Amino acid sequence: MNKFKVIRYQLVYLVLLLLIALAMVLNVNAGSVSMSPLRIFKIIFMRFEEGSVESNIIWKIRLPRSLTAAILGGALSISGLLLQTFFRNPIAGPFVLGISSGAKLFVALAVIFIAGRFGGIPPYAMVLFSFIGSLISMGLVLLFSQKIKSMSVLLVIGIMIGYICSAVTDFMINFAKDSHIASLTYWSMGSFAGVSWSALGTIAPIVATGLFSSILISKPMEAYQLGEGYAKSMGINIRLFRLVLIALSSLLSATVTAFAGPISFVGVAVPHIAKMLVKTSKPIVVIPATFLCGAAFCMFCDLIARTAFAPTELAIGTVTAFLGAPIVISLMVRLSKGKH
Amino acid sequence: MFFETRKLSVGYSGRVLVRDISFSVDRGKILSIIGPNGAGKTTILKTISRHLERIAGTVTIEKDSLFRLSGKELARRLSVMLTERVDPELMTCGQVVAMGRYPYTDSFGRLTAKDRAIVSEALRMVHAEELEDLPFSHISDGQRQRVMLARAICQQPSVMILDEPTSYLDIRHKIELLDILRALASEKDMAIIMSLHEIDLAAKISDYIICVKGDRIQSCGTPEEVFTGDFIKSLYDMECGTFNTLLGSVELAAPQGEPDVFVLAGGGKGIPVYRQLQKNRRAFSTGILFENDVDFQVASALSRYVVSAEAFNPVPELKLKEAKALIDKARFFLDSGVKIGVHNSFCKELVGYAEEQGKIILNSAEELLAEAGRRLIV
Repeated sequence: MNKFKVIRYQLVYLVLLLLIALAMVLNVNAGSVSMSPLRIFKIIFMRFEEGSVESNIIWKIRLPRSLTAAILGGALSISGLLLQTFFRNPIAGPFVLGISSGAKLFVALAVIFIAGRFGGIPPYAMVLFSFIGSLISMGLVLLFSQKIKSMSVLLVIGIMIGYICSAVTDFMINFAKDSHIASLTYWSMGSFAGVSWSALGTIAPIVATGLFSSILISKPMEAYQLGEGYAKSMGINIRLFRLVLIALSSLLSATVTAFAGPISFVGVAVPHIAKMLVKTSKPIVVIPATFLCGAAFCMFCDLIARTAFAPTELAIGTVTAFLGAPIVISLMVRLSKGKH
Repeated sequence: MFFETRKLSVGYSGRVLVRDISFSVDRGKILSIIGPNGAGKTTILKTISRHLERIAGTVTIEKDSLFRLSGKELARRLSVMLTERVDPELMTCGQVVAMGRYPYTDSFGRLTAKDRAIVSEALRMVHAEELEDLPFSHISDGQRQRVMLARAICQQPSVMILDEPTSYLDIRHKIELLDILRALASEKDMAIIMSLHEIDLAAKISDYIICVKGDRIQSCGTPEEVFTGDFIKSLYDMECGTFNTLLGSVELAAPQGEPDVFVLAGGGKGIPVYRQLQKNRRAFSTGILFENDVDFQVASALSRYVVSAEAFNPVPELKLKEAKALIDKARFFLDSGVKIGVHNSFCKELVGYAEEQGKIILNSAEELLAEAGRRLIV
């Protein structure tokens, strides 16, 4: 790693951090109730006007929402990066492989059967159910991946598992109570809204654990890029490593799904943008870049979702797909060009 | 011995593919595994590099059982070059090579100055210094093999295992690669074990050869011990063509049928003519060749009848008669342009005999083919 490269990495991190800060300001600023930046600054940092409507809007709605977008966006991107490493395929992602749909199914089950019966469900239980759901659908994909070596067939299987999970979810929604239907439908469209500070208290530690664990396995991740055979010959316990990869990516995407619903394309597109920015695939450099890039990406997507057709709010998935899909397409074109 | 296998059985999921493999290699030596496709060469290499579970038997490296070493310890003693295609995105060749330092670096894979020096040295050994900053995806197959070899060198192993390192390389890169391996064995005092498809190269580079066929090792030893007579022909079940163990060259099958041309050859003049005739599937007889003549080696593979004589001795009368009998049977007499000196004056006699017998005398294979074609039309 020469000096020039290190400067590049630091520059990318700095720019991404600035973008996140900018997005934060814009996100807190934007909305139906307009406030001057100075007033917002005072409300946030000097606890100005505590108890007022404006203060409540900022503290109870806009601020947690922006933070949620940042943390979950980063988590989703890391989850995608881990899956791409696992499958050594650029198109892998929690949404593509049906993992998000599995999580969605289990969250729906939890909402209908548990929240319906006990009148509510704590945030960590949502994550737990979501995690179980993603592990089950991931397990199915892995089961097939042992028999099928072709990546494209595996992706098709993942997509099909996703459809099945969605179908079962829709089926159950048909028999759910009206109040549940409303919240489930809203949730399944995906949104960073409605996450409380206490939920953030569950999200942040989980995502932080996932992020730091990913950094801790960045060394074997780099070796794994040379393929399983070489990785093994360098002394990596392949089975354990793959297990950790899967567990981490499932945990991260499950957390996202539990709180923001299924969000497409972030997991696939962001790791590639991050790699392009730092111009390397060294995981120890790419992991932080991916997290920051995912955070910035989702914050801006959320900003667009909120403001583009205000007062109507778009589903976050609509915006991420709209921006993410063209990125994925151009990426595929570039990759297939590079091969010839 | 430094690296040793005893009664090793290898295979997939409990099913034995090759059994009773016992061989040993010392530091500084090269062992090659040869054998037909699908014989289990790769399976053996994968087992002795612990990519596959062994079925039975032992493998020891410096008296330690290979199967008891930790992954890291093994990686410091043994490195591999595999056939699987490596396609890392956004990695420079230097980074790929530096991956070889994996078993030595800290938990974050940071390279020390010493690691960097080892990487540079490995690149120098494979003559790839100029590739260091190039993206791995942009270089040729030959360069890739060298970079992957440099990666294996970086692991500073005492044993290196290579699976068909020369496949897909052109002749220049094949020779370069094998030359590097020879240098590695002696300079780094490494034991090298590899599988090779090119039996001619295997004979030239290896200190030991083992031949796999069926479910066992058919033969092993030094190349001189292994490459004898028709051994290669039987190892590969060759139905046509031959492998010349002395020269290490492959010859195609001899043309069938009764020869209608006698080729006067010697001193290497005959070989191009033989090849030309073989390509046109025209059977021929040839002579009189001393047994130390290079023409004799090829003639034995390609001609129907060879009249040969013991080297360093005058040609006996009997051999001259044999040659004349062959000329009698032929329509054409082809003089390949042998230089006639004191010790092969019999050539003059044979030319004279052919003229006397009214044979059509020709001077090249092209003339013969043209002549034969013309006569066929008339």
